[in-house]
Amino acid sequence: MLSFIARRLGLLIPTFFGVTLLTFALIRLIPGDPVEVMMGERRVDPEMHAQAMERLGLNKPLYAQYFDYIGQLASGNLGESLRSRESVWKEFLTLFPATVELALAALLFAGTLGVIAGVIAALKRGSLFDHGVMGISLTGYSMPIFWWGLLLIMFFSVGLGWTPVSGRIDLLYDIPPVTGFMLIDTLLSEEQGAFVDALHHLILPAIVLGTIPLAVIARMTRSAMLEVLREDYIRTARAKGLSPTRVVFVHGLRNALIPVLTVFGLQVGALLAGAVLTETIFSWPGIGKWLIEAIGARDYPVVQNGILLIACLVILVNFTVDILYGLANPRIRHQK
Amino acid sequence: MTVTSLDQSLLYPSPLKEFWQAFSHNKGAVCGLGFMLLMVFCALFAPWVAPHHPSEQYRDFLLTPPVWLEGGQWRFLLGTDELGRDLLSRLIHGARLSLLIGLASVVLSLIPGILLGLVAGFFPRLLGPGIMRLMDIMLALPSLLLAVAIVAILGPGLINTIFAIAIVSLPSYVRLTRAAVMGELNRDYVTAAQLAGASLPRLMFFTVLPNCMAPLIVQATLSFSSAILDAAALGFLGLGVQPPTPEWGTMLASARDYIERAWWVVSLPGLAILLSVLAINLMGDGLRDALDPKLKNAI
Repeated sequence: MLSFIARRLGLLIPTFFGVTLLTFALIRLIPGDPVEVMMGERRVDPEMHAQAMERLGLNKPLYAQYFDYIGQLASGNLGESLRSRESVWKEFLTLFPATVELALAALLFAGTLGVIAGVIAALKRGSLFDHGVMGISLTGYSMPIFWWGLLLIMFFSVGLGWTPVSGRIDLLYDIPPVTGFMLIDTLLSEEQGAFVDALHHLILPAIVLGTIPLAVIARMTRSAMLEVLREDYIRTARAKGLSPTRVVFVHGLRNALIPVLTVFGLQVGALLAGAVLTETIFSWPGIGKWLIEAIGARDYPVVQNGILLIACLVILVNFTVDILYGLANPRIRHQK
Repeated sequence: MTVTSLDQSLLYPSPLKEFWQAFSHNKGAVCGLGFMLLMVFCALFAPWVAPHHPSEQYRDFLLTPPVWLEGGQWRFLLGTDELGRDLLSRLIHGARLSLLIGLASVVLSLIPGILLGLVAGFFPRLLGPGIMRLMDIMLALPSLLLAVAIVAILGPGLINTIFAIAIVSLPSYVRLTRAAVMGELNRDYVTAAQLAGASLPRLMFFTVLPNCMAPLIVQATLSFSSAILDAAALGFLGLGVQPPTPEWGTMLASARDYIERAWWVVSLPGLAILLSVLAINLMGDGLRDALDPKLKNAI
């Protein structure tokens, strides 16, 4: 097991350096003069221009610039936002919990509903329900979620007035950030009704973000379940006279869930990409919206290192999923 | 003895006919194909099919509802948008852009993807690891985010959208080609061709590649649909094709402000995206079942 982890870690390092090369190149490949682009004006005073080049280290040779960049990263300096003058790392830390909260809610929604629908579809293979689940999941998989979000807003928020249109919580409430997770903070703050309000804000974005994972998980659970139900040990369990529920849930589902769990892990990248769209639609103050706004405002340090942070996150999650999968399945562990 | 007539039903069916039999077995795939043909027709003949010019503004008919609603006009079947432009005409011209982006980005990533995959497969020690590492790095970022990053460098626009999407879908082609090539290289027919003195390019492109095409065709269909989705998402974020070009995602972005008053300007462009992506995915399912039964349970 240790050598398996070491091998995976070994693969991680070049990937990490590759991503830093990518984000390093990002800022150097911008067409035009970087200083002019960053200052947002043309014909900057030559002296100021030289100073800015000096300050940003852009007058050195490329390889030296790259080593400077790596050095900065190693000392934990991710630069500061051109707009707010806050450090990028600090901004990321304040906004990140909002994205995690949204993503967890989406995964909870997708996981629960997806596994249930997948299991029932597999048990009733060929039935109307099965066809319905497969049809809906293919539609969900093809869904442009930014449009789906607008439709839900149109129907539930504008039409029925059930849920708020945007944000994480009503402006009436003043919730001190303790954990950054609105649901927990509202519970801690003891403000009347704040928790319910936060929940109301969370429902639609979570459904929108969870739609594609829901489709993938439902399909995956169904096919994994169908495969497992054909196994000999299921027949043995049935022959022993175990109750059908026990056979399905204890013997069947437990084994079918292993591939589904991997899909869960693989969805993290998709969730982060989906968060960019979902947060933009619902004005959810997370890292996706932050990144898009930074691109719009040409806030390059935020764009560069925001992307780096997200990439590292995805790499780490995939690494963890790999390790967990190796733990669960010895065949993977011993593969060369 | 002369054979006077061959019993047609006993002949081995032509590959095309065999393929069609397997493909048409899947009803959804046939529906998808039908919808795609309609879309291709609209895209090719957009100036003749569309009732109006896509950017002509009828200032007296701002936000006219579709014809079946009160206040609808037969002149504007699906209504007009906030500047009085005919929605149906814009959707038809939008089909052109979506298909163009899909096709161009698939071609632009398929060709280098196959080349890199072949090279990585044929030189597993020398070049393979380097190429695959590079692809892993590209896969470390979610595809839409990578596309956003690329567009952030290159600036928004049609050509840059195509480039961004092509780059993003490159790794899956490289991986698929390499895996298929590695599988084929151990087969006897490859050894036979080698012994017969086939040159390396011949071995790559004429001996091995045709046998690796099935998964690549399926992947090309799937990435066609995700190209349309990603292009629309970029357009929606304001990073893709710029207004007033009638791109579906861009149309959605400018329709957002009218969500309370005019549901049709929000619903219809999105419906066009959903239906075309769904049609291509259905087709992809049928192609996969017909070409590559091994992949049947994969997503």
